[in-house]
Amino acid sequence: MTEAAAVLAQDWGWRYAGRTRWATRRISFSIGTGERVLLLGGSGAGKSTLLSAVNGILGGADEGEEEGQLLVDGRHPSRLHGRVGLVMQDPSSQVILERIGDDVAFGCENLGVPREQIWPRVRAALDAVRLDLPLDHPTSALSGGQQQRLAIAGALAMQDGEDRAPGVLCLDEPTANLDPTGVREVREVISSVVADRRTTLIVVEHRVRIWAELVDRVIVLASGGGLLADGTPSEVFAAHHDELVRAGAWVPGAHSDLRRRRVPSTPPPAILSARDLAIGREPAHLVTSGVRTQIPEGLSTAITGPNGVGKTTLALTLAGLLEPLAGQVEAAASLRPARPARLARNLRRRFDPARPNTWPSRELLTRIGSVFQNPEHQFVEARVRDELAVGLRALGRSHDECARRVDELLAQLHLEQVADANPFTLSGGEKRRLSVGTVLATGPAVIFLDEPTFGQDHNTWTDLVSLITRILEQGCTIVSVTHDEAYLRLLGENIVAMEPAA
Amino acid sequence: MTTLDISDRTALAGQHSATRATRLDRLNPVTRFLLLVLAALPVIISLDWLSAAVMFVGTVLILRACGVPVRRLARRLRPVLLVAPLAAVSMALYGKPGGEVYWHWGLIWVTQRSVTMAIAVVVRILALGVAAVELLGGLDLTATADGLAQICRLPARFVLGALAGLRLAGLFVDDWRTLAQARRARGLGDSGRLRRFATMAFALLVFAIRRGTKLATAMEARGFSSQTAGRRTWARVSRLGLPDAIGWVITAALAALAIGSSLYFGTFSLVTR
Repeated sequence: MTEAAAVLAQDWGWRYAGRTRWATRRISFSIGTGERVLLLGGSGAGKSTLLSAVNGILGGADEGEEEGQLLVDGRHPSRLHGRVGLVMQDPSSQVILERIGDDVAFGCENLGVPREQIWPRVRAALDAVRLDLPLDHPTSALSGGQQQRLAIAGALAMQDGEDRAPGVLCLDEPTANLDPTGVREVREVISSVVADRRTTLIVVEHRVRIWAELVDRVIVLASGGGLLADGTPSEVFAAHHDELVRAGAWVPGAHSDLRRRRVPSTPPPAILSARDLAIGREPAHLVTSGVRTQIPEGLSTAITGPNGVGKTTLALTLAGLLEPLAGQVEAAASLRPARPARLARNLRRRFDPARPNTWPSRELLTRIGSVFQNPEHQFVEARVRDELAVGLRALGRSHDECARRVDELLAQLHLEQVADANPFTLSGGEKRRLSVGTVLATGPAVIFLDEPTFGQDHNTWTDLVSLITRILEQGCTIVSVTHDEAYLRLLGENIVAMEPAA
Repeated sequence: MTTLDISDRTALAGQHSATRATRLDRLNPVTRFLLLVLAALPVIISLDWLSAAVMFVGTVLILRACGVPVRRLARRLRPVLLVAPLAAVSMALYGKPGGEVYWHWGLIWVTQRSVTMAIAVVVRILALGVAAVELLGGLDLTATADGLAQICRLPARFVLGALAGLRLAGLFVDDWRTLAQARRARGLGDSGRLRRFATMAFALLVFAIRRGTKLATAMEARGFSSQTAGRRTWARVSRLGLPDAIGWVITAALAALAIGSSLYFGTFSLVTR
């Protein structure tokens, strides 16, 4: 074969069936074999559509309309099987089978690879991603970083044919859901996979810094079609710094004017404290025990630690949403509710003002608010406006008061434009702000945030951090579960570091 | 800075209690399904206690011979032991009357016949239950899918789609729990149980569709499509062998013995009677 481009686009575009707008169009570039490309662009610029197209999974004429040409190794990608691998953002929804060996073999089976060749390929692919585990190891027992490496192995096993044709590896925000260790693992594995310059790499990622050293080219899609930039990383970052920042990319040197707060040198008294705490989602699944910790009033506390160590479980338990398996969480006197007058008998019997998990749900509203990792878990209404009013109505506030408070919140969270939209249809950043807003509505003294900056681009991240800083300024106590280092630098006023079992 | 003092840690490892390997594991999953049907036949076609008792005792002996620990058997049989007496009581009270009347009140006739039938019901449920819990309990899903596709020749797309989808079920349990916690956090945890259930069910549906779509994309990216399903290969062989043949012979013999003995002793009672 001649030195044909690995991926060639000529005035390419795609419009999904039933849409009037093109997802992306007027795309032209030529990527050579072994080149490593970082693909950037604002949300809605068509990055994922382009990756799906290179992968050949956009579908035929009934799925949408294609214009121009997009070729991989001189052929239409839908005719290639196994030459292009795709790794997506969410680790858990890419695992297909129960055991790691079977999962890696899945792609080979689909390509019709003879059985005796499958297993050597599986072992080679697992070696390449350094997953040194038995083939029957359960996929559910893998960490997020390991699951992403497994997905990479699945793609590699498909490419490793006898002709050893060079493959293309597409990564769609592969580290967005991982802790720092997982990010490092995936980065190192990808570096070694592409080291021989036979595999072409196309990676989409907001957090540019992770890949900046590895890639030799940056292509930026303009929203509305065409390319905004195409060149070496240093050229592109220098020439298009402002546009990239506006598009939400974490360009090297992009910083915000956010500052760390000044905090008192003596720690304030605890608003929540825990001793001899044993936590777990259910009695049969003890995560950890003997936990002793204190949440100082008016500060921003961060719960940190590797994936799976029980950070979320600890936060849920402290927030009164999960029953401690042993020991107790104690609320400071100022936070305790009075014994409610009207209460169902079963609730009244277990009620203890010092223990948040025994409070009726309504009493939590003005005391402890929780923002879940996935905002969608919290949505109960069909309109953004009603969503913000849920807590206020549960507290029995008047119609006028609800309306006034909701209008305030809509303005504060920049959600006026979408006030009548369904919460499920909002963008990622809007969903996150709405979920924080639903908690703010009832003015709780303590707010728990589970991974508040997960999957946010630079703009939504900055919005969110300044919002949290404003909430703190109003005297609220914040507890966040996070492993975002930039967030910790600004808001890690008190750190609760959880460590994995020895 | 607050420190987190953690003593006496318990790791999550060892959560999946290792199930001991038995000779049953050498059977193809397809065989295990069909053996269950075969073992159920005598219990279903005859209503008497003798054929059921022969099946029950025979099955337990065979399982023991295959290396199934008594304790595991007892543990798995526990739900069956709870259900059986309920069925027996209703049969004793409302079953077709006949023979000596022991007790009578309104619609309730406790007679010789209804008591015999009640005992038979308990034994039949036990016989079915003991075969079902061991043959289907701990069945390897992947191996089952391999068997259904390679031996029963069910379409690969259907079998593998179902297999991958089943893996998502565990995630839905987590989703449901989180949804309930989120309702409590939002002040909706005290009342309105029906409405709460409705919003949770709706949200779960949204999650299910979204996860399903992502999984389908991941499978497609690995070359799983209607064009390739026909000529796909299988990394794991699923075939029927000697252990399966032995299983068939033993189960058929036991079933024949059960029916034969009830015919010989005259307790046989066809289900249509």
